Amino acid sequence: MTHIQISPGAVAPWDGRSVPERSGPGDGPPPNGAKGTGRGENLAGYLFMSPWIAGFLFLIAGPMVFSLYLSFTEYNLFEAPRWIGLRNFTDMFADPRWRQSVKVTSWYVLIGTPVKLAAALAVAMLLAQKRWGQSFYRAAFYAPSLIGASVSAAIVWRALFSDDAIVDRTQKVLGFEAGGWIGDPEMIIYALIALTVWQFGAPMVIFLAGLKQVPQELYEAAEMDGAGRRRKFFHITLPMISPVLFFNVLLETIHSFQIFGSAYIVSNGSCGPADATLVYTCYLYEQGFVNSRMGFASAMGWLLLVAVGLVTAVLFRSQKRWVHYEEGGR
Amino acid sequence: MSLLYAAVRRRGPGALAWHLGALVVLAVVLYPVAWTIGASFKPSADIIGALDLFPADPIGDNYTRLTEGIADIPVSTFFLNSAYIAVGSVVGVVLSCSLTAYAFAKVRFAGRNIMFAVMIGTLLLPYHVLIIPQYVLFQKLELINTFTPLLIGKYLATDAFFVFLMVQFMRGLPKELDEAARLDGCGHLRTYWSIVMPLCRPALVTSAIFTFINAWNDFMGPLLYLNEPDKYTVSMGLKMFIDQDAVADYGGMIAMSLVALLPVLAFFVAFQRYLIDGMATSGLKG
Repeated sequence: MTHIQISPGAVAPWDGRSVPERSGPGDGPPPNGAKGTGRGENLAGYLFMSPWIAGFLFLIAGPMVFSLYLSFTEYNLFEAPRWIGLRNFTDMFADPRWRQSVKVTSWYVLIGTPVKLAAALAVAMLLAQKRWGQSFYRAAFYAPSLIGASVSAAIVWRALFSDDAIVDRTQKVLGFEAGGWIGDPEMIIYALIALTVWQFGAPMVIFLAGLKQVPQELYEAAEMDGAGRRRKFFHITLPMISPVLFFNVLLETIHSFQIFGSAYIVSNGSCGPADATLVYTCYLYEQGFVNSRMGFASAMGWLLLVAVGLVTAVLFRSQKRWVHYEEGGR
Repeated sequence: MSLLYAAVRRRGPGALAWHLGALVVLAVVLYPVAWTIGASFKPSADIIGALDLFPADPIGDNYTRLTEGIADIPVSTFFLNSAYIAVGSVVGVVLSCSLTAYAFAKVRFAGRNIMFAVMIGTLLLPYHVLIIPQYVLFQKLELINTFTPLLIGKYLATDAFFVFLMVQFMRGLPKELDEAARLDGCGHLRTYWSIVMPLCRPALVTSAIFTFINAWNDFMGPLLYLNEPDKYTVSMGLKMFIDQDAVADYGGMIAMSLVALLPVLAFFVAFQRYLIDGMATSGLKG
């Protein structure tokens, strides 16, 4: 069978185009005498798929097309959309607040994602060692990933990073000029980044699963050749876990582009101070629902889609250079 | 990093370093939670400034004030609304995503590969491109300020991640089982319901818990679609504290933040193995 191997034992290359087949007990050529392809199978397939097909048409594809149309119009929800060509886009590029939102979001993605993944990998390597209490730590470290996106977590974050609260006091003790990160346009973005880094547990769990698959013999062989820790990390660990690293980078990047709730709550709904937390989605929300500029907001949505699409494409392209998939590995 | 790595690789004396390292991380991770618990028993004025994690003389006022409701809405209303949406979402996701996954995993129909690629494409789609048009759609259908916009997608399998998770799981089931079912004259519906679904329990449980937690935490959906306080979810109830300018009831807000997390934490404690294993396999199978 020339199936791509996907099992808990290996990470498979996947081109994003076809159904990744799984070799092993679950799949294989159609068994003798079983219904192959046929009209009955087609009907069954489409019946089972019908909720998804309806959802895709009415909640995804249709809205996307409509939103593309709206992005060339002026529309306030109550009067009919008025075609204005590319004006939403030209307005956008000329809009300093839009540029600010791009800047804030890029900074958040570019700093937050690598720091979060580095923390996740470091802690995963610590936990990769089988020791007493390991699964307790794993569970405890994972917990913030479940509550970090909540309004509660953002409220607590706002409190922890306010003037005179713990972070500020610690800074003062260490002799830094302080005043709290929340009121400081330079610093508040780092409070948001700290909130996403706090949720390192989800990528950590994925790294841990990847680390478990690295054959110990490789390390033993490298040790016999006199390789030090650094060499082992860069020449064995990193290449061996590059598929999970790729997966984490992809998911975390796409995810961070879409930050909304935490920025909204940490800034008390203002996306401030001085637009310092005006992430892309906050501005989209403000334009669409506060200023009723649905056309402009649609154009913003489409640009974000294009940006995320480009980043995804670049990441997939770059795979060849740094992601090592094992041939049929186990 | 290399220090941690050393702790991992070395044996013997490494054990101490290992536990030290793990405890330091644990302290950082748990601090915000411990702080919230302590703060919820402090008077509002002391919450920001006081450095002691737990107050010397704890007070329950913040919680008793919550029982009086927020802006005349009983707190239970928010919890019931959230619970309704979260449970409704779970039912929708478990049914619709498993039906779709069954088709991808077990039925050979024309166009399956194309549809699978499209489904995976939606997994990477930023939902922001959909916010405006979906809002217009639901506004035209006069569904604003109802729970329908928050639930309908769950019944139409738009959560591609869970479809993907279930497809992967179903592919792992022994083929012999559904062959045997077929020989016994089971149609696809029977096979799906009586054979595949029971065997998929781990994937279903993982999807259900994640769905519950995501729906419970959701902020943007309720912010967009719910505009009367008696329809508000817990997230929106918390937002009401922020709307009341200049910290009207700081202690109440912190207490409510903690109470709002309890269902999520309870699910986590009860099902952490499902969640973590589900997460881990999703990465490996990506």
